Amino acid sequence: MTLLTTVFAAIICTVIWYKGAPKSEMKVGVLCWMYWGASLMWLVDAIFEYAELHAEYFTPAPADMLNDFYLGLSVVALGLVIWLIILLVKDPKGVVQAALFRKKN
Amino acid sequence: MACFLVPAAEAVVTTVAAKVMKSKEVNPETVQVQLDGVEFVEAEKIPFSRKLGWLNKLLWGGSGLLAFEHVWHGEVAPWFPFLTAASNPADAAKMLHEMSTVGVTMAVLVTAVWAGMLVVSSVIEKKAQKALSDES
Repeated sequence: MTLLTTVFAAIICTVIWYKGAPKSEMKVGVLCWMYWGASLMWLVDAIFEYAELHAEYFTPAPADMLNDFYLGLSVVALGLVIWLIILLVKDPKGVVQAALFRKKN
Repeated sequence: MACFLVPAAEAVVTTVAAKVMKSKEVNPETVQVQLDGVEFVEAEKIPFSRKLGWLNKLLWGGSGLLAFEHVWHGEVAPWFPFLTAASNPADAAKMLHEMSTVGVTMAVLVTAVWAGMLVVSSVIEKKAQKALSDES
């Protein structure tokens, strides 16, 4: 469930990135790299788990599924927070800078 | 248990390598390409250090989010030795086994995907340059 949540986040972010490319004013690329990196790593985790559990891997207990989904959402939220910090620090549109300075008359 | 440490270690190495490469790079190669599909314009080819940056971002992003998952499961703690499995030899052996199997496979898969991206980008670059030679 964590893998699935991250893969969906990665796909959505990639579509948003492609729509805005080649301009990268919102730095959505950061999210794409983060989510795709995590998805690939969780894919490996899933393969190893499948090798251990076989078909049982696809029938998790509802409580485990819910916990994994909760973790997936938390991971997506953490990724968004990291992206927001990078966006505000790099400030590609100069919005933060404009908020901090007022033009002298 | 601590599988994310392997791709994180690779990320440290590739980040240093990218920084060294960037400092040694001279003028980027200039080529004529159709960026809008109509007119040929002069464009710079992106240097290898930037392509290595793709791998850095995949590795740092992935291992960062995986580290959070390990905190979630109580496998990483904010006190020494930071990895709960490292506190006793039996768990430490299991952790090292996991790092050498799952962790190494994670690093290899991410690197393989990046290598695939390099191949695809190289094909796209060659195709764009071929379009110019076909035109002239």
